[in-house]
Amino acid sequence: MTTFAGRRPASFGFRTRARDLAPVVAVFIVGIVLWEVVLGVLGVKQFLLPRPSVIFASLLSEWGTLVEGLRYTAIEAIGGLAIGSVVALLTAFATARWVLARETLVPVAIAANSMPIIAFAPITNNWFGSENAASRMTIVAVMVFFPIMVNTVRGLTNVDASAIELMRSYAASDFEVLRRLRIPNALPYILTAFRIATTLAVIGAVIGEYFGGPRQALGIYITGEATLFRFANAWAAILMACALGIGLYVIVVLAERVLLPWHASGARGEPR
Amino acid sequence: MTTQPTSVVEVRDVRKEFGESSDRLVALQDIDLTIRSGEFISLIGPSGCGKSTLLRLIGDLTTPTSGSITVNGRSARQARLGREYGMVFQAPVLMDWRTVQKNVELPLEVMGFDKAQREQRSKAMLDLVELGDFGRTHPWQLSGGMQQRVAIARALAFDPKLLLMDEPFGALDEMTRERMNLELMRIWRQTGTTIVFVTHSIPEAVFLSTRVVVMSARPGRISRIVEIDLPQPRTVETREHERYFEHVTTVREALRRHEGSDGPPDEAEIMQIRAEGLA
Repeated sequence: MTTFAGRRPASFGFRTRARDLAPVVAVFIVGIVLWEVVLGVLGVKQFLLPRPSVIFASLLSEWGTLVEGLRYTAIEAIGGLAIGSVVALLTAFATARWVLARETLVPVAIAANSMPIIAFAPITNNWFGSENAASRMTIVAVMVFFPIMVNTVRGLTNVDASAIELMRSYAASDFEVLRRLRIPNALPYILTAFRIATTLAVIGAVIGEYFGGPRQALGIYITGEATLFRFANAWAAILMACALGIGLYVIVVLAERVLLPWHASGARGEPR
Repeated sequence: MTTQPTSVVEVRDVRKEFGESSDRLVALQDIDLTIRSGEFISLIGPSGCGKSTLLRLIGDLTTPTSGSITVNGRSARQARLGREYGMVFQAPVLMDWRTVQKNVELPLEVMGFDKAQREQRSKAMLDLVELGDFGRTHPWQLSGGMQQRVAIARALAFDPKLLLMDEPFGALDEMTRERMNLELMRIWRQTGTTIVFVTHSIPEAVFLSTRVVVMSARPGRISRIVEIDLPQPRTVETREHERYFEHVTTVREALRRHEGSDGPPDEAEIMQIRAEGLA
């Protein structure tokens, strides 16, 4: 549609990718080296900020425990994301379809979003038990619900009026309009929402665990190690949580490549 | 042309109002128009004369307040549901997620043509608009003029007997526009489709049409219908034809006479218009 005019897909050749990634990798390496050197020179205490080499050593020595924790927290994050996004998508389709649903559900959704959802962690622990992953899944599901729902509604309804008239001139049914116009139009919006939601899911799961959870959970491990002044281990666990967040994000980006080959604007700017 | 031209569109005593009673706007009134098979009709007039509204009424994209519209002997609504016309807008309204060929196939998909038919039709239509080699590209890889040709191919894909065009070349530069006019003349001759064409360009209307319907604003009505007796087929030479300039002058004068003045209405005029609207 003309609204997308101006967006051009970038080329994804390996060489181009490598050339673009080079500065990022360089900055990352320089940052790590600086961190290491500056802390060594200034003699900063380990419990304030451990050096990368120490964190790396913890990562190796605690690897088994960390992977176990990552697995548990990943299940919470992905499970909550799945539940939250299914409910959000269903709500969004209903909302886009029926005005009554829009008038009743959207205010509720906005209200839900204005809550500091993480504050409900003790309550969900009370509902399901703190050892139960469902406690964190609920938190995550509520957290990801709003961005996915709102973006999907926007994508389904923010359709070129002329395109609707065009479909009308073909005497297309509502279902045809939904299938051939509204859903393809909404896809970029939905994927953008999922980018946000993956980050929220990891935050929800890890912070949720701070309020209680089984021993192997990453959040429990982080708080436990911090209490025992083993900050390098806590840092190593935070790295694992980062890896989870980045991993989920990358999956969404790859999904965009597959689902939106015409529309790779999100991944990169305009082509040179 | 057929030996016995039959009417494709009949507009009888149509009135169209917008808004509630307090700030009601009469967009069109006393509209009577008969369009015969194979004609090329242009609707021209100042902005606000309701020329696009009239086109949309014929296409049943909006409904008249009173009066009747028939397309191929059926009500406008039945004609739309029977998929009897193709539509081209000022913007090409192409879908970026579809290739050019898939865009042309969109109406065919909606109407349930099978894959072989869709491919055969879309290829033929892309050849017709001379974009045969561009089927696999995406719309945003094409120029504005090419995009509009895709829109025309799409409108003709299901072989409608009537083509409704709402300022299709309004966003194009003058040179592209003149080339598109020649293209459209060729397509019109090849397909025998009846065309109703909204424009605000006098030379374009005269060059393309068999008849030019001149409209005036506030309220929108037909002020004059000018027969364009220029020889067919219309070619580059048509624009240098003596009669061409005469027709351009005729249409221009018809537009001016009913406009009252060249400039926008002054305050007194606006007040009077408001009063008329309330009456």
